[in-house]
Amino acid sequence: MTLTELPVGQNARVTSVNGNSVIVHRLMEMGVIPGAAVEMVKTAPFGDPIEVRVRGYSLAMRKNEADSIEVSA
Amino acid sequence: MNGAASSQIIIALAGNPNAGKTTLFNSLTGLRQKVANYPGVTVERKQGPWSVGERPAQIIDLPGLYSLDATSLDEQIASEVIQGKYAAEQKPDVVICVVDATNLERNLYLVTQIRELGIPVVIALTMIDVFERQKHEIDVDSLSRQLRTPIVAVNAKDGRGIDELERIVESLFDEKPSILDLPMPEEVSVGDNSRIFARYKFISNAVQESVRHNDQDSHRFSEKIDRVLTHRFFGLVILVGILLLVFQTIFSWSSVPMDLLEKGFGAAADFARDQLGPGMLTDLVADGIIAGVGGVVVFLPQILLLFFFISILEDTGYMARAAFLLDKLMSRIGLHGKAFLPLFSSFACAIPGIMATRTIENRRDRFATIMIAPFMSCSARLPVYTLMIAALFAGQSFFGFISVGAVLMLAMYALGIVVAIVAAFILKRTILSGPPPPFLMELPPYRVPNVRTVIQNMITRAWLFLKRAGTVILAISIVLWALMYFPRAEVSPAGTTAVVVDAQANTVEPLPESEQLKNSFAGRLGHLIEPVISPLGFDWKTGVALIASFAAREVLVSTLSIIYNVGKDENEESESLISAVRDAKREDGKPTWTPLTGLTLMVFFVLAMQCMSTLAVVRRETNSWRWPLFMMAYMTALAYVAALITYQGGRLLGFE
Repeated sequence: MTLTELPVGQNARVTSVNGNSVIVHRLMEMGVIPGAAVEMVKTAPFGDPIEVRVRGYSLAMRKNEADSIEVSA
Repeated sequence: MNGAASSQIIIALAGNPNAGKTTLFNSLTGLRQKVANYPGVTVERKQGPWSVGERPAQIIDLPGLYSLDATSLDEQIASEVIQGKYAAEQKPDVVICVVDATNLERNLYLVTQIRELGIPVVIALTMIDVFERQKHEIDVDSLSRQLRTPIVAVNAKDGRGIDELERIVESLFDEKPSILDLPMPEEVSVGDNSRIFARYKFISNAVQESVRHNDQDSHRFSEKIDRVLTHRFFGLVILVGILLLVFQTIFSWSSVPMDLLEKGFGAAADFARDQLGPGMLTDLVADGIIAGVGGVVVFLPQILLLFFFISILEDTGYMARAAFLLDKLMSRIGLHGKAFLPLFSSFACAIPGIMATRTIENRRDRFATIMIAPFMSCSARLPVYTLMIAALFAGQSFFGFISVGAVLMLAMYALGIVVAIVAAFILKRTILSGPPPPFLMELPPYRVPNVRTVIQNMITRAWLFLKRAGTVILAISIVLWALMYFPRAEVSPAGTTAVVVDAQANTVEPLPESEQLKNSFAGRLGHLIEPVISPLGFDWKTGVALIASFAAREVLVSTLSIIYNVGKDENEESESLISAVRDAKREDGKPTWTPLTGLTLMVFFVLAMQCMSTLAVVRRETNSWRWPLFMMAYMTALAYVAALITYQGGRLLGFE
């Protein structure tokens, strides 16, 4: 499943990051690489963006970006 | 830029945003820092002196960056400076990389990148007190060995580690470290990004060897606060509450110092008049320089307060939450959540607002934000609104208890916001259209703001503001004054102007100020544009004030006060200017100002581009004349049409 589909409060591991090369590159530089643990923290009031925890810090991204991140529980 | 290249030691301070870089920079350089811009762009360049051993050095505080592979203008400049690729900057001798102990892995990513280039690096480890309070343990020596990079734990508050930092920087001058050569991972299925894997693998190993994490999650404190502040409902309520509080405070707290400043400039003008005696020089000093510069400097308290609040909101980490809360709304009109801060700042002044857009990575989003920022009613419009409301709507109310003035004031702010939304929507679907850019933003942990950083930021802003008042505004004031002062006589024969004035005084009554104005270059211009502005209900005198106000909006008030001949340093609250506005008559004897023409003027001021300094910043920021000219044209056209609709519509409804 993609990171967007991960329920709030759940932990998962990144399996792959696909899509637009610029955003993939930056996501990975921010530590979202295959094997990294992520936690879905919350969704913003209007449903987008989302907040995830990765490598001990909070990262906000739009669902558009989260869709490019495959995770498995 | 740094001429004495061989003798000058350059130390660059680099690091992720929110790592504590600015706090460290302030404690290393104190008040001796200089803030300028990198040539051609508005990315700030902060520099300050430091001494390493006996040798004098300069520290450059670079904009925050996550990676040398830049995605924003800020990052690009920081990256180029670090690598010595930035043309106007000497390659740094040593890079101090500021690393946040509570967010080690991602912060160390940049360190490994810089080390791979063989650039001498020392890590300044910050937030270690916070980290240890969270009951984590870190073995700094081990981490340093693992990373093959010297590390100093620093605390900007009590000065811990500063001496050691100096010692290590000095040692790096002599023994250049070897290039960090990371082994590439074997499982090569990741293409271009294999280096990122290698770096994170190297970092993870080092951190695992040297850091013992407390099982209990340390970020729960921020998460608890966030449960309220980014709550679906309360989060938005609190956001609106904070904004209202900030504005309320800015306007109420600044009124006392602003009145004092106004009185001070009035006294200075009187003093100049007394000391210099009558003459052209006196008029230039009192009416041109003191009135012109003073009219702008009175806004200093508001600017200071705004930056006080912005610094605090940013330093605590709240600004990122505001962007998080509002991104969805902003993206509906095609903007980025990060556009919130620039637009918010623009309520004080569009210039810092436009400068703040540089954190928006995507060019189209950034330009769209720049193009709508001046619609936010800035503090320079306030004197205009205040004058019109006080003169034409004072004491009136709806249903006996809602003040018309307050409603109008709110309506002017709302009009600006609505037009900005529509303009952004259209711009993003026409000349600035493109695929939605990525939105990736760190939500830093909540922290108590550093008092010193906040104060330093206010001082820096105040200084930049005063510098502008002393240069650009000064020049404009002198030009405007000259346009209203010359020519002195109907037919001015060759000879000095002073002689002409004297001769006139001997033969005829000296021209009253208003007659002089009618005859001046500015007055002629006013008459020239009268056909254009009469459909808006304005006469030539208003035309003069309008032309003058294209330099800066607040100039309208001082120009009107000269025009109505009520003395030269009246402020917008003064009884006489208000009654002069009420009593002003057109040439046909009808009153110049009615509630309808007052409202029309206010609408015009909400939308028109009347600020030279903003245009200059837009020129610098977009690096072309096309954008500021377009801004000037479309905003002024919009203002004209809206004012026309207001006035003609009002007349159709039976108002005068």
